[in-house]
Amino acid sequence: MAQPLAFILDVPETPGDQGQEPSPYDESEVHHSFHQLIQEQSQWVAQEGLELQQREQEATGSGQQTLRRPEGTQSTATLRILASMPSRTIGRSRGAIISQYYSRTVQLRRRSSRPLLGNLVLSARPSLRLYDLELDPTAREEEEKQSLLVKELQSLAVAQRDHMLRGMPLSLAEKRSLREKSRTPTGKWRGQRGGGGVFSCCGRLRYACVLALHSLGLALLSGLQALTPWRYALKRIGGQFGSSVLSYFLFLKTLLAFNALLLLLLVAFIMGPQVAFPPTLPGPAPVCTGLELLTGAGCFTHTVMFYGHYSNATLNQPCGSPLDGSQCTPRVGGLPYNMPLAYLYTVGAGFFITCITLVYSMAHSFGESYRVGSTSGIHAITVFCSWDYKVTQKRASRLQQDNIRTRLKELLAEWQLRQSPRSVCGRLRQAAALGLAWLLCLGTALGCAVAVHVFSEFLIQSPEAAGQEAALLVLPLVVGLLNLGAPYLCRVLAALEPHDSPVLEVYVAICRNLILKLAILGTLCYHWLGLRVAVLQGQCWEDFVGQELYRFLVMDFVLMLLDTLFGELVWRIISEKKLKRRRKPEFDIARNVLELIYGQTLTWLGVLFSPLLPAVQIIKLLLVFYVKKTSLLANCQAPRRPWLASHMSTVFLTLLCFPAFLGAAVFLCYAVWQVKPSSTCGPFRTLDSMYEAGRVWVRYLEAAGPRVSWLPWVHRYLVENTFFVFLVSALLLAVIYLNIQVVRGQRRVICLLKEQISNEGEDKIFLINKLHSIYERKEREERSRVGTTEETAAPPALLTEERGD
Amino acid sequence: MGGSGSRLSKELLAEYQDLTFLTKQEILLSVHVVLAPHLVDNEQQARSGNEHTGKPIAENTNSSPLSTRAHRRFCELLPQEQRSVEESLLAQVPFEQILSLPELKANPFKERICRVFSTSPTRDSLSFEDFLDLLSVFSDTATPDIKSHYAFRIFDFDDDGTLNREDLSRLVNCLTGEGEDTRLSASEMKQLIDNILEESDIDRDGTINLSEFQHVISRSPDFASSFKIVL
Repeated sequence: MAQPLAFILDVPETPGDQGQEPSPYDESEVHHSFHQLIQEQSQWVAQEGLELQQREQEATGSGQQTLRRPEGTQSTATLRILASMPSRTIGRSRGAIISQYYSRTVQLRRRSSRPLLGNLVLSARPSLRLYDLELDPTAREEEEKQSLLVKELQSLAVAQRDHMLRGMPLSLAEKRSLREKSRTPTGKWRGQRGGGGVFSCCGRLRYACVLALHSLGLALLSGLQALTPWRYALKRIGGQFGSSVLSYFLFLKTLLAFNALLLLLLVAFIMGPQVAFPPTLPGPAPVCTGLELLTGAGCFTHTVMFYGHYSNATLNQPCGSPLDGSQCTPRVGGLPYNMPLAYLYTVGAGFFITCITLVYSMAHSFGESYRVGSTSGIHAITVFCSWDYKVTQKRASRLQQDNIRTRLKELLAEWQLRQSPRSVCGRLRQAAALGLAWLLCLGTALGCAVAVHVFSEFLIQSPEAAGQEAALLVLPLVVGLLNLGAPYLCRVLAALEPHDSPVLEVYVAICRNLILKLAILGTLCYHWLGLRVAVLQGQCWEDFVGQELYRFLVMDFVLMLLDTLFGELVWRIISEKKLKRRRKPEFDIARNVLELIYGQTLTWLGVLFSPLLPAVQIIKLLLVFYVKKTSLLANCQAPRRPWLASHMSTVFLTLLCFPAFLGAAVFLCYAVWQVKPSSTCGPFRTLDSMYEAGRVWVRYLEAAGPRVSWLPWVHRYLVENTFFVFLVSALLLAVIYLNIQVVRGQRRVICLLKEQISNEGEDKIFLINKLHSIYERKEREERSRVGTTEETAAPPALLTEERGD
Repeated sequence: MGGSGSRLSKELLAEYQDLTFLTKQEILLSVHVVLAPHLVDNEQQARSGNEHTGKPIAENTNSSPLSTRAHRRFCELLPQEQRSVEESLLAQVPFEQILSLPELKANPFKERICRVFSTSPTRDSLSFEDFLDLLSVFSDTATPDIKSHYAFRIFDFDDDGTLNREDLSRLVNCLTGEGEDTRLSASEMKQLIDNILEESDIDRDGTINLSEFQHVISRSPDFASSFKIVL
C-alpha cells in the first residue's frame, strides 16, 4: 500500500495543460498515477463541461465495448482517459516506445555499471512531468524523451548500443537518427563520468565479449545456412504445406546429422586403420551377382562393411599418426594400434556422443515447447499464433484458412461439451469403444510379434532354405510387410473410435504404432542374440546379424518406396480419375516419422556388427528426402488436423531418444558384456566377451610399468566399481529433483503475479467508476448552477480518503 | 553480388546490418526486390509460377541466367540515380507493388503488414528502409519480443493501441476467410471472443493490451517459427 501513496507524493501540482485534448497520440504520461489523471480530467471538465454533456449522451452506448464491469456507464471523457493510459499507448505510439526503452536502458546501465546512488536517482527518475508545461506537448515531449534516450544510449558501449537499437520496435530511419545522435559525443561523455569507469569498463568488456560471441555464432549460423543444401526445397515445402509437414523434413535432417557424426568417428578410428593395413583374405573373393546389394551377403561378407573382416591384431602403426589419437596417447608411448580396443571404444564413444547430443537437443526442445504454466489459453493462442506467415501459395493459404476454421469450430464445440458433461451412458459407451480399440491394437502387435517369432524359428529349423541367397530376404520382407500393413489397420480402428481432442488422437496413433514396432524389434533382437548365436556355432554370427540388419534396412527402404508409389501416387490417381474427388491424400506425418525412427533404430542396432551401416542409412535418408519431396509436391496435401509443430518435434526427439536409442544401447550392452563372440572372425575372436578387450588392455598396461599405473587404477575404481555409477545417478536424481522444485516455485510466483494483476485491474475499474461518479455529480451541479467552476479540488481529496481506508 | 554490393555504399550496408536482424545477403536481395520490382514481375511471368521466390540468394552466388539478367537490368536502371544511392533508397514504393510480392500475396494480413511498417505520412507506400524493417522483423534471428510487438500492431486493426472486440472479430475473419460461407456464425464468434478475453484479458478491462498479448504469445512456442517470412 505504500507504493501508490509514494506516487501521489511524487506528482507535482500542475495547474496548466487543460486546453489540450488527450489525442490518441498524446502518450506523455508514463506514470502510473491515476491521481494525476483524475485531477487533470476534473479540471478539464470544469472548463468544457457543457460540451461534455452532449458528448456523453451519445457515448454511453459504446462504453460497454471497452469496459466490462461498469456496464454502459462510460463517458467519452472516461474513454479518452482510458485510451491515453500508459498500458494502452505502449502498443501504438512512438513516444511511449521511446520512454519504455529509455527505462530499459537505464535498468541495463544500472545493472552493468552501478553508478553512485545520487547519480542513479537523477537519471532513473526523470521528471518527465516538467515538460507538460510546454505549449505543444506532443512534439516537444517526444523530442525531450528522445534526447534523454540518446543520453542514456551514449553512456553504453557501442556494441551494446547497437544491440539495444536493433531490438527497438522503431522504424529504421528513427533508429538511424538515434544512432547518429548518440554516436558523436561518446568520448566526452565517458570522460565526464570518470569515477564509475572501472566498473563500467568491466561490464562493458563482458558485454562486448558476450555480444562478440553472439555475433560470431550468428555469423557461423548464417554461413551454415548459406551452405545448407535444401534451403530452397525446405522453403518451398514450408510455403506449400506449412510448418507441420516441414517438421518431418527437418527431423530427417537431424537424423542425417546424427548419422554423419557417427560415421565420421567410425571411419576415422575403425575403418581407416583397417583399410590402411588390410589383412590377408582367407580365400579368393566370391563373384558378385548383384543380388548382394539387397542381401549384403556374398562378396560383401569379407569387406570393411562387416565385423568379421576386422583383425584382432595390433596394427603396427607408430604412434602419433592422426588416426589413433584417442587410443594411443603420447603418454602411453610406443603402444601400437590395438584394433579390438579401438573397435570397442570407438563404438562406445560414438554412442556416448550421440546420447549426449540427443539428450541435449531433447532438453532444449522441451524448454522451447513446454513453458511453465502453459496449460490454459488455448483459444487465444490458436487465434493469435496459428497463422503461418511462411505460406506463399494462394491454395495453401486457403487450405490453412479452412484448417483454422475447423480448428476453431472444434475448440468451441469441445468447450461447450466441457460446459455440459456427457451422460453416464455416453461415457460408458466411449470407454467401451476405446477399450476395444486398444485391445485390438495390442492384439495386433502381439500377433505380429508371435508371427515373426514362429517364422524365424521355422527358418532356423529348415537349413536347406538358408543356403540360397534369395531365401535370406524372406524374413525382412515379412517383417517389412507387417510393419507396413499393421499401421493401416490401426488407422481404420482409430477412425471408428470417438476421441475428444484431435491432439489426443495423434498421440494415440503414435503410441500404437510405436508399441507395434517395439514388439517386432524386440522379438527380432531375441531371435538374433538368443537363437542365432546358438545355431551359428563355429561360424561368424556377428556377420550374420550385421547382414540381417543391412537387409532390414534395405527392405525397409524398398517397401517405403513402394508405399509412396502405391499409397500416394496410385491412390491420388484413383481418387482423382475414378472417384472424381478434389481432395488429394493427406501426408501422414506421424507414420512417416515413425518409419524414420524405426530405420534409425535398425542402424543403431547394427553399428557394432556392421560399422558402415550409418553410411547406408545416410544414402537411404538422402534418397528418402528426394522421393518424399517429389511425391509430396505431386500427390499430397497438407494434413487436415491441426499440428503443434514444436510439441510434435519434441515428442519425436523424445521417441528417438527413449525407446529407440535406449533400446539399441541396451541391446549392444548385452552383446558386449554377455554374449561370447564367435571364435573364427572379428577383432574379439579370442576373448570370452567383447568387454574382455578392455580388461586385457588394462592388464597389459599394468605389466607395462609404473608410468601409467594410474590408468588401471582409474579403470578399477571408476569403471568396474559400481559405487561410482550409483553416485553419479544419485547426483543426477538430485539435480532433477531440484529443478522440479524450482519450476514449482516459479509456478507459484506466476499465480501470485496473476492475482496481483487482476487486483490492479479491479483497482483500475474502481477508480474509473469513481471518476465517473464525480462526473455525474459535477454534471448535476452544473445543471443547477451553470458556469461556476469552484469545486474542482474536491474530487481528488475524496479519492485519497477512500484509499487510506 | 559484388556489383550491387558496391552500389550500396559499404557504410550504409554496415549500418543496415547493425540495426536490423538481416544478413548481408538478405539486404542485398531486398535491394533487388524493392528497387527493381518490375524485374521480379518479369521473372515471375517468365518462370510461370512462383518458383523464383527462394532463388535469388542461390543465384547471387552462382550467377545463373536469372541472376545475371536481373543484375544487368538492375545496373541499367541505376546509373541515372547512381550519384546518390541513398536518395534512390528513399523512393517510395506503392503498396500494390509490395502486395504483389509472392511472399505476401497469399497472406490475409498483407495490407495490415504494409500499413504497420509504412512511415510515409499517407501510409500508402513503403520506402526501402521500411521494407528492410519488415524483413528484419520477420527474419529468423529477430527476438520474440520485437516479433510479438509487431504482431500486436498488425492485429490492432483500428490502430488504437489495444485489441478490442472489433479487432478480434476482424482478426478471426482474416484467419477463417472473409467470405459469407467461410466466416464463423455470429454466436460462434461471440463465444470465441468471450473465451479469448476470458483467457488473456488479465486485468479485466475488456480489451487486450500489449503486455497481455505478449503474455499469451510467450506461451506458444510455435509463434517465433511461424511469424517468419523467408525471402
